[in-house]
Amino acid sequence: MKKTLLINGKNYTVDVQENMPLLWAIRDVVGLTGTKFGCGVAQCGACSILVDGKLIKSCSTPVSYGVDKEIFTIEGTSENLEYLREAWNDGNVPQCGYCQSGQLIAATALLDTVQNPTDEDINKAMSDNICRCGTYTRIRKAIHKAVELKNNNS
Amino acid sequence: MSSIQKVDRRDFMKLFGLASAGVILGCNVGADSKIYLPKVKVAFSPNLFIQLNKDGSIILMASRSEMGQGIRTSLASAIADELEADWKYITVKQATGNAKYGNQNTDGSRSVRTLLEPMRKMGATAKQMLVSAASKRWNISQSDCKAENHFVINLKTKEKIFYGDLVDEASNQEVPTEDKLTLKETKDFKYIGKKLPSIDLKDFTHGTATYGIDVRIPNMKFAAIARCPVTFGSVKSFNDSSAKKIVGVEKIFKIDRKKPGIGQQFYGCLGGVAVIANNTWSAFQGKLELDIEWDFGENQSFNSDSFKEKLTKRIQENGKVVPGSKGDVFNAFEIANQTLEATYHVPFLVHAPMEVPNATAWYQKDKIEVWAPVQDPQTARAELATFFDIPLENITINVTFLGGGFGRKSKSDFVVEAVTISKEINAPVQVVWTREDDIKHSFYHATSIQYLKAGIQSDGKVNAWLQRVALPSIVSSFKPMSDYASGLELNQGFTNNPYNLENFRLENVKAEAHLRIGWLRSVVHIHSGFGNNSFVDELAFTAKKDPVQFHLDLIGKDRIIKGRSNYPYNSKRMKNVLQNTAKIANWGKELPKNHGIGIAIHYSFYSYVATAVEVSMNNGKVKVENIWTTIDCGLVLNKDNVINQLEGAAIFGMSLALFGKVTTKDGAVEQNNFFDYQMTRMKDAPNITIDIIDNINEKPTGVGEPGVPVIAPAICNAIFNTTGKRYRSLPLIDEGLV
Repeated sequence: MKKTLLINGKNYTVDVQENMPLLWAIRDVVGLTGTKFGCGVAQCGACSILVDGKLIKSCSTPVSYGVDKEIFTIEGTSENLEYLREAWNDGNVPQCGYCQSGQLIAATALLDTVQNPTDEDINKAMSDNICRCGTYTRIRKAIHKAVELKNNNS
Repeated sequence: MSSIQKVDRRDFMKLFGLASAGVILGCNVGADSKIYLPKVKVAFSPNLFIQLNKDGSIILMASRSEMGQGIRTSLASAIADELEADWKYITVKQATGNAKYGNQNTDGSRSVRTLLEPMRKMGATAKQMLVSAASKRWNISQSDCKAENHFVINLKTKEKIFYGDLVDEASNQEVPTEDKLTLKETKDFKYIGKKLPSIDLKDFTHGTATYGIDVRIPNMKFAAIARCPVTFGSVKSFNDSSAKKIVGVEKIFKIDRKKPGIGQQFYGCLGGVAVIANNTWSAFQGKLELDIEWDFGENQSFNSDSFKEKLTKRIQENGKVVPGSKGDVFNAFEIANQTLEATYHVPFLVHAPMEVPNATAWYQKDKIEVWAPVQDPQTARAELATFFDIPLENITINVTFLGGGFGRKSKSDFVVEAVTISKEINAPVQVVWTREDDIKHSFYHATSIQYLKAGIQSDGKVNAWLQRVALPSIVSSFKPMSDYASGLELNQGFTNNPYNLENFRLENVKAEAHLRIGWLRSVVHIHSGFGNNSFVDELAFTAKKDPVQFHLDLIGKDRIIKGRSNYPYNSKRMKNVLQNTAKIANWGKELPKNHGIGIAIHYSFYSYVATAVEVSMNNGKVKVENIWTTIDCGLVLNKDNVINQLEGAAIFGMSLALFGKVTTKDGAVEQNNFFDYQMTRMKDAPNITIDIIDNINEKPTGVGEPGVPVIAPAICNAIFNTTGKRYRSLPLIDEGLV
């Protein structure tokens, strides 16, 4: 099936099976490898992306779902993601870094919907994303910091 | 310094393919910290490099794998400090697997311990050559020059020369001999001991860091392998008719197990049926469609439950007495006021790094190139040379970023698989394990059963300690019939516990391996840390003593035990971290209702750690509220990185305490993925406070692992503190506590 995927504002034509998960279309066919494979069954969040602004586990979402929609991955940029990146740098969050694409995308989805999240909001929004290195407390702090950076700048 | 020399430029170019410009230095680091002299200058084999370019940029070659422990940043900071470099000019390039770099095996929490001094000397050498070059240009004495933040300053005229502008002249300076090399005083450190962010942050936050699984080679294929559910089982026959129908699947064939020779420290590979496709997903799908008849082999009757029972029974009997036992525990039990016995259990565990095992390989006639997330590239290279009969020098192992390692990626079985397939299909190929493959076919952290018995005198002092340990040995992965834990394993917290015991007897009990056994972050210390700290807490309660005070008494008087290493155990440092943790945890404070606090100490990888954990209990479920850890790891290279590692160790320790468990039925691992091999998640993450003892005059010791062994026992001790219930078997999810 030949379809066009709009990823981070750019069109990519892919020729894949309709039921191929978006993750593999993005990684193996389009060639954007920032979105990670972690479990294949929507349990770890490493493959998190936004589709029309909605947080999606791309390993368990067929490519057909992404057609005619706006796909956003870690290679993209948005206001909230940039504040989060700055906060991630500030807090020296990553260890191995592998899950951080998914963490940043999940955090972007959170800030896109909740302006000033509480710890409880963060726990709820970020618990689909496993970090085996255990950077959770830094991620929590960094999300608060991103809000602070944003508020100071507006 | 004779061991640091200018590198022959052609040799350098050939080896590393870097742009040829500027001052390039190499130094030779042998096993551990011993520096030896290169015999012939022309054939000099460098292993670590500084390249200073005319634009001022400095490229450093990292010889150890980056898997989240921050080693690229740590090693770079040591060089940059002595070099008086400006941090913004530093970039790091990852070295390929090659003995020219000395030992590259990234495990044992030893990279900083063994490489700090050589790295500092590299930096100091480069700095001295730059100063020498500047002094000649100004025609002044070197003592009138000072290197500072990427410039050499003329102290008389205050003139400055940028490092990049000294490249040509510096290249012509004599390499200073060791006696002319001055290292900085600790008080003058600019980067060492400070908080430095990871040098790879930008790539990590933009998805641009290349992990093994991200490697893309033109015309490469993707492969998945169906492996026998039972360890070392083999393929009898298979039907691939429906697998072949999957779009994207190109080829399916059987691969044989590659078995290392006895005594070879190799991993080989398990064999199975390989599905080759033009994308990862099709390979995964094809694998699921295979219909395979297995010969399950010798391990098909292995049930972890009955194995646990078997070991629990054996542990009640005698084992082999381990050297280091002393006094007469049995007599001491007789004269003790009371005795206490307990049996502890730790299940099999698996590493489950977020990046699954994977490797990309290209076998071409007489050479092999590999791109892979490996902790030990030299062993991978050596085993490829052996299995494929290709000369070592024709094998290149490119080390990518590791999406977590935790010991799993020390074992290069996935590399052997990729090369096997590439050879068969005559094309570059990436083998990717599914998460299920990772959980079901690992080199597992061993299960253990321990029996402990101690005598308590009327004054509450412990007068005897008997400990029997049964755990399948890592050695079994290299040498069949290794049915007892090795000395190296028992020296991880069993023979060398931190306590001052007059009568001590350690017994080693038989435990056969029916799975591939490997090492996982902090290794046997997980067992010794859990058994020792749980039991000491039980003893304290029995003796009606405060656990912190009881621990302090048990550590006993100030003493230094030399041991066989250059890192003597100092009981004072052990007590110091314990007292510090008690202080920062406000030990003894009144706790909210249903809250409990527990303490644990451990000495591992030559570092001293004490952790206090506060839990709350709600409707029979445990929640970890706070973790306070103190570490004394000697001189700290990168403070924030140490904190990060210990925060991570707390979460890693929580995962194994609460959820970690691999079980087998009829030889096959029962767990599948993160839904039944669970992890600590954000909602479970407590407040974590890390305190580092500033011990700048002690040698640096391990950081990546020492924070793990204390967590599980501290949690169990905290639960006991509030509920009065003692949990002696992990994980706690099995006890209904999660």
